[in-house]
Amino acid sequence: MTIARVAAAAAFVLLVLVAIPLAIAAAHRTDLYYTLSSVALLSIASGGVWLTFYIGRINIGQGAYALIGGYVSAVLVTTYGWSFWLSLPIAGLFCALASVVVGLPILRLRGVYFAMVTLVLTEVARLMALALAVTKGAKGITSIPAPGAISLFGLTLLPAFDTFAERNLAFYMLSTVMMILCFAALYRLVNSRLGQLFAALRQNEELASSMGLNVPALRVLAYAISSFFGGIGGAIFVAIAQSIYPSSFTVNDSVNFMLNCFLGGLGYVFGPMLGTLVLYFGWDLLFQTGEYQLLIYSGVLILLILMLPNGLFSLRLPSRRGSQ
Amino acid sequence: MAPIVRVKELTKRYGGLVAVNDVSFDVEPNEILSVIGPNGAGKSTIFKLISSFVKPTHGEVTFKGEVISGLAPHTVARKGVVRTFQETTIFKGLTARDSVIVAHHLRSRASLIGFYLGTALARREEAEFGRSSDAILEFLGLGEVKNEIASNLPQGHLRALGIAIGLAANPQVLLLDEPFAGMNHDETNRAVEMVRAVRDRGVTLMLVEHDMAAVMKISDRIVVINFGVKIAEGTPAEIQRNDKVIEAYLGVEDETIGL
Repeated sequence: MTIARVAAAAAFVLLVLVAIPLAIAAAHRTDLYYTLSSVALLSIASGGVWLTFYIGRINIGQGAYALIGGYVSAVLVTTYGWSFWLSLPIAGLFCALASVVVGLPILRLRGVYFAMVTLVLTEVARLMALALAVTKGAKGITSIPAPGAISLFGLTLLPAFDTFAERNLAFYMLSTVMMILCFAALYRLVNSRLGQLFAALRQNEELASSMGLNVPALRVLAYAISSFFGGIGGAIFVAIAQSIYPSSFTVNDSVNFMLNCFLGGLGYVFGPMLGTLVLYFGWDLLFQTGEYQLLIYSGVLILLILMLPNGLFSLRLPSRRGSQ
Repeated sequence: MAPIVRVKELTKRYGGLVAVNDVSFDVEPNEILSVIGPNGAGKSTIFKLISSFVKPTHGEVTFKGEVISGLAPHTVARKGVVRTFQETTIFKGLTARDSVIVAHHLRSRASLIGFYLGTALARREEAEFGRSSDAILEFLGLGEVKNEIASNLPQGHLRALGIAIGLAANPQVLLLDEPFAGMNHDETNRAVEMVRAVRDRGVTLMLVEHDMAAVMKISDRIVVINFGVKIAEGTPAEIQRNDKVIEAYLGVEDETIGL
């Protein structure tokens, strides 16, 4: 069983990091690098949302953290001349800290009340980006330099992205490697005792607290990890786009992050990856239907959620264990 | 011996409603004490106050001489006062075994990061908690069904699982909320034996319960609450003879219209 899992993980890594780039090069479709990088980054942010679902909270506010993470990285790189590589973890940590401050009061809410407050967060983040001086208002931050080289003791470990012949390939590699790392971390989390505690929280917070679990602290921990993912995703996105505006992540994105989780399946750690891929390409494929795009898209989504309440992953894994 | 839990002048008001009014009683170590009373008398509120899920308007609860009312519920649990809930409130989506393992968390000395990284201490604890959970499940007759999802279990097993979860937290005082509700005669008898067996492990037990036959059989002492006020306290035999109690449960004669 475990050997099968390791083999599956290795096959997935090889597919993403070797097979897909080779296929893209052979087909001369280098535009796909950008698309797939986006999918990878959006699925990182969705993975964060998935974790808040895991503790029983509907999170429609991930766009806020993607935006905050993007701005933190952009400001550090442009205004303070930091290396992108240093700004990336700082962006994630900044989001995690911000989410602790925001989360402590709002995580007391449940169900639709929590969802509604988080929905507002994205809009709050957008308005703050418009109003603050460091974010340069509606003009946004543009001409952000591409990630530079990583050197250690004079040894160049990774050349600057500008020196790559195919810059988008470098971004593709960065995004997918981060995606793999984030989901590996998430998988480990869910399968550790910490994940068990989170699951207990989702089932019954009163009982958990009666058994001595520090429920408020655990809730905020899950939310902070979730927002860290949002910040990381946002920061890399901004590095690729080389610009960020208050409208870079909107309420629409927040809703999509949540839909990605639903579509992939809330019971499966890797659900958000599949969900993001299908939703992203599904939307693009429907582009040809013109004015009917949204109608068909929404209709198909409703049907999918009705017929596959446990998400697309449940197709492949019908049931983990017989209940009888 | 000094009482293990003292409830002193406990009062809880919700707006104009006085749910619990100046209730005092002591719980002796290793006894089984039942809190009974008609529906809406304030029994559950007393449990919530003792486990510190709600804060008293006035009065206090002490555990081994230390005030515990007003602390966070998980802190009270950590000190050794653990509350279980009615059968519908368990970890429904977890397996019986996982639920009991989670409830071992209080005994854990590993850090959350240790859990994540799977340090030697965390792994040793996991094995230990697994063994302990198996033992508790076996003790309460759930060994056969330990890998079932809790929501698939029948009533009797759910009740036992509730107690198992409580036991796993290693309580000194265990508060059981209606452990016999909805059980038939045989199931109740088995559950009564279960509660006694828990007591024999050195745990002090407090029960809120409606099943009078079971309460009379199992309790060392009984506290009777009506309209938020303690109206009687004593052994089952004393309570059965108490006029105020009979009145509270049956009503005085001129009020029993149409019976």
